[in-house]
Amino acid sequence: MKTTLSINGSGHDLDLDPRVTLLDALRQHLGLTGSKKGCDHGQCGACTVLVDGRRVNACLTLAVMCEGREVTTIEGLGAPGALSSMQKAFVEHDGYQCGYCTPGQICSATAMLEEAKQGWPSYVSDDLESRPALTREEISERMSGNLCRCAAYPNIVDAIEDVAGSER
Amino acid sequence: MKSFDYLRAGSTGEATGAGGAATRFIAGGTNLLDLMKLEVMTPDKLVDINRLDLKAIEETEDGGLRVGALVTNSDLAADPRVRRDYAVLSRALLSGATGQLRNMATTGGNLLQRTRCSYFYDTAMPCNKREPGSGCQAIGGYNRIHAILGASDSCIATHPSDMAVAMRALGARVEIEGTDGTRRTQDLGDFYRLPSDTPQVENALGEAELITAVILPAPVTSRQAYRKVRDRASYAFALVSVAAVVAVEEGKIARADLAFGGVAHAPWRNEAVEAILVGEAPSDALFDRAADTLLEKAKGQGSNDFKIPLLRRTLKATLRELTAEAAR
Amino acid sequence: MSETIIRKMQMDEPDERRVLDLTSQGLIGRPVTRPDGPAKVAGTASYAGEILPEGTAFGVLVRATIAKGKVASLDEASATAMPGVLGVFTGERFLRNPAQGGADAAPVQGASEVAYFGQPIGLVVGETYEDARHAAYTMGVTYEPADDASVDLDTAKSERPDAKQLDQGDLDAAMAGAAHGVDVTYTTTPDSSAPMEPHASVASWDEEGVLTLRGSYQMLRHNRIELADALGIETEKVRILAPFVGGGFGSKLGIAPEAVAASIAAKALKRPVVVAMTRQHVFEGTIRRSETSQRMRLCTDADGRLTGFGHDSKVSNLPGESFSEPLAMTTHFLYRGENRRIGHEIRRVNRTCAGSVRAPGEAPGMLATECAMDELAEVCGLDPIELRKRNIPDQQPENGTPYGTRLLAECLEEGAHRFGWADRKAPGERREGEWLIGMGVASAARTNMTAPASARVTLRADGTALVETDMTDIGTGTYAILTQIAGEMLGLPADRVEVTLGDTDFPPGSGSGGSWGASSTGAAVMLACEAVREQVCLRMGVEPSALTMRDGEAMAGNTRRTLEEVVGDEPVAATGDFEPGSTTEQRVMASYGAHFAEVAVNQTTGEVRVRRMLGVFSAGRILNERTARSQCIGGMIWGIGEALTEDLVHDPRDGHVVNRDLAEYHVPVNLDAPPIEIAFLEELEDWGSPIQSKGIGELGICGSGAAIGNAIYNACGVRIRDFPATPDKVLAGIISEEEAGRLSSGQEK
Repeated sequence: MKTTLSINGSGHDLDLDPRVTLLDALRQHLGLTGSKKGCDHGQCGACTVLVDGRRVNACLTLAVMCEGREVTTIEGLGAPGALSSMQKAFVEHDGYQCGYCTPGQICSATAMLEEAKQGWPSYVSDDLESRPALTREEISERMSGNLCRCAAYPNIVDAIEDVAGSER
Repeated sequence: MKSFDYLRAGSTGEATGAGGAATRFIAGGTNLLDLMKLEVMTPDKLVDINRLDLKAIEETEDGGLRVGALVTNSDLAADPRVRRDYAVLSRALLSGATGQLRNMATTGGNLLQRTRCSYFYDTAMPCNKREPGSGCQAIGGYNRIHAILGASDSCIATHPSDMAVAMRALGARVEIEGTDGTRRTQDLGDFYRLPSDTPQVENALGEAELITAVILPAPVTSRQAYRKVRDRASYAFALVSVAAVVAVEEGKIARADLAFGGVAHAPWRNEAVEAILVGEAPSDALFDRAADTLLEKAKGQGSNDFKIPLLRRTLKATLRELTAEAAR
Repeated sequence: MSETIIRKMQMDEPDERRVLDLTSQGLIGRPVTRPDGPAKVAGTASYAGEILPEGTAFGVLVRATIAKGKVASLDEASATAMPGVLGVFTGERFLRNPAQGGADAAPVQGASEVAYFGQPIGLVVGETYEDARHAAYTMGVTYEPADDASVDLDTAKSERPDAKQLDQGDLDAAMAGAAHGVDVTYTTTPDSSAPMEPHASVASWDEEGVLTLRGSYQMLRHNRIELADALGIETEKVRILAPFVGGGFGSKLGIAPEAVAASIAAKALKRPVVVAMTRQHVFEGTIRRSETSQRMRLCTDADGRLTGFGHDSKVSNLPGESFSEPLAMTTHFLYRGENRRIGHEIRRVNRTCAGSVRAPGEAPGMLATECAMDELAEVCGLDPIELRKRNIPDQQPENGTPYGTRLLAECLEEGAHRFGWADRKAPGERREGEWLIGMGVASAARTNMTAPASARVTLRADGTALVETDMTDIGTGTYAILTQIAGEMLGLPADRVEVTLGDTDFPPGSGSGGSWGASSTGAAVMLACEAVREQVCLRMGVEPSALTMRDGEAMAGNTRRTLEEVVGDEPVAATGDFEPGSTTEQRVMASYGAHFAEVAVNQTTGEVRVRRMLGVFSAGRILNERTARSQCIGGMIWGIGEALTEDLVHDPRDGHVVNRDLAEYHVPVNLDAPPIEIAFLEELEDWGSPIQSKGIGELGICGSGAAIGNAIYNACGVRIRDFPATPDKVLAGIISEEEAGRLSSGQEK
């Protein structure tokens, strides 16, 4: 099935089996292996990418469903010589160990800060109606869709706090 | 995942027109693709309904809200009217899944989530829900996450949704469009089915019918809570959950709309429990009587026996919390 | 290039030169950021299964759906008739069990026999992943089930190997005559390593019959031998590449079925084949940690000095597997007690193969010993820290061997001070609404091990150094610490050292396992650098003792030359070879520490949340404060999983893994992890490695779960002896305490 995907600002014309997920399209058909496959069932968050600016699990989206949407992957956030502030903060705070969940964590964290800016509450927000303060607990709850088996969680929270603080 | 034809619907009529026994609508896809990868669900055709105009949250004439079927869980939870007037729903949504999944999952899709029963998920296991007549392997197996209320000899699965539990407490109605283009609404309580001897039939949705909206009645003066007990601090399905919309007037309970998750094949509501509470002054003894009625026919399956005392305690604590100021 | 020089060291005596203290670059111990960091955060670091050569076909494994028996038929014909399917592969070389760590030989092979539910029995290869997956998941298989499958632990045949039993003095008499004692049994459930990167292999063969396998493995020198043996080819015909490994935690110590399956299919199809295990396959078909049952019998005199220590354990594994969870690893040396009994029973079951998962032995073993010590402290009327301090032995209590460096008491004391241990109250006394708050402590100990390791270091014409070894970095920080060691030794800033790992064409490193990577491969790099330094001296005509290397310059007396000048157009290369030796018998060596945890227990629901943790550790020289800290934090959070959430469930009827996904196997999430403080106490261990370090990768998990279990008791008076402490178990205890009148309902205000 012919599909055009817009990824990191450029268009890609693909002919895909409708069964191909966005994640497999990125990894196997476009060579964008920064998005990782940890479970393929939306249970680990390693495949997190942004679709129209929102974080989603690329493993639970069919590529053909993404036509006309803007997909941003870790490769679109920054490159080794030109890292985004979130990517730099992860290096500085050792917010990873093996690195496999890391692109998903960073995509997730980047979008999560936008959600918080829009005033979205979380399950741990005391008050649903006021603007939530991005405490460590709030960051942890909002990042709980990204498993890290190396368990760099406290360092991940440090990195995100750092970026959130400097953007404030 | 079996091969399928993919069709993008431009209108609800086009969607229902393409429907049928072997067709599934796909919106968020978070549960459908999960199950299709494992060959638990094997549709011949997927109809992508994401382009349909069902994304609005609108006020109804009677002061309630009409939530389009394609409103994402994130958008619904963050909507200022929901946060203000239907806090139980916002909390329930935020307690479910993860930020990523809530950005994908839709209101209609969430209602139609399949059970998380491990035996349903594994095609090597008999399962009456997946393969009617094959048997239930959860009975006599590892059934820690299974039902204590309303189960049958055919199936002891639970419904995994948090959102639907809150909606059940709020008295929500489901709006359904039939193949002839007409829309009807149905109380959420009537929408779901208990397993009986046909656990494969989970709701009242006919073949090719499409959920177009959920309608919330006008808000009521109340205190609301969604309390979810789970195995880890976040990102786990409910062991038990309680959705409560409670009002106390002049020291007496004036309203106690209660629904329960993690305990049955559908969000559970028992009006006899509410009748015990309404009109009475809140007390531990009263809450115990309510819990007695709720749990009168509760039956554990072995690994899930703990849910019986857990549900009692969680219900009581929730009632205590919501009636606390009045009791003082 | 001049001939490579080889510098060998076998650790038969302590190395008291402390070479890393004599150099002056100032890199060692510093919290330098990982050189591999930018690639990891940008998504350009390539893991197994990500670099697919042109024409790669996709393979998906087929699982057995009986516990034991024979595969009567695989319906290959109908599978290959499906669109895009290229072939079905199985056979006598197909792995039945995954390999144990360091096996150096093929594990049990032969896919026609089934030994556990979920065992891989075939591979379907397709043009696309989608085609292969559908065919593999719907493949028709018929079986001849055996009628003697053993899936029930209670009725399984068991073995008690003589070498794993110890009986010293008279424990029964000591227990009977003791002033204080406890006799309690702890149980723990099976766990899965669940690394974030599922096992994956890309196999391709060249015209000379050389197999290149891009895999996700921890110990390539061994994995290469295992793979070659499994395929029946010479070791030299196998090259394994694993520059990045997405976590291992034991599950990638030995080769797993996907590596052999991919290799067999690639050879037959004459094209590259990638096999990435699904998450479900990882749970069922790679190694698990055994469940355990541990009877602890501890007794003391009136002063709380241990007179007896008994640790009788039961574990399980597949019939014929040599590995059994060594639960008494630390029991042998951690505490006193002249009357000792260590029993070990292995039950043979048809369940997923058991093997090494992070800190095999200590992780579940110390959960039992350190909780039992807490129980003992209570019956002795002693503070749990005081009980531990009173029972630190002067010499190994079974054979009298002296100890290496050991700051256990200091860690406990420092931790008590930092954590505010003095504020701990009696069970049930600290309440915040529905939450009961408690504190717990546990010792940490992990036997120090080293392994043979080689590394080559080349000083290049541009004044940079290249380090080459097949050592892996599974997240441990190998890239960082080898960069630091080479930079320190050769006087180079970190950005002038290039470390290349994970290629069996390079000298064989120790591999990553048993917390030995840094001390072993780090020693090899240090030795290679020593030889390089001597060559620099020769070229400069100076004495080694006079040489200083710093910031890319070599200095001696009045001579100062840049490394570019020294090297000229003739790079200097040397290989370091490190071998463990008899020092492991001369000294009892281990890393130590103290864990502190504060938990909140919800009295209504039995939910437990960890509020804060502290780990104070001593592990010899800390090579990189940042990565060492991360290792400890990670290990401590594994302790949260072990204590509270992780439970790999086998169906009691057929042994199949029920919760074979990450939705129902509960790895801790971000919100489960509290703020964690880490402190290191300085020490240098000369007997283990010439770089004075000890193992740190597993220390964090050793005892942390017990600190949580003990904190639960301190919070609410419920003693959990069956881990993990899920809400159902804690709630059952709370209800008992309430009914016995020992815990108030908290509602009477």
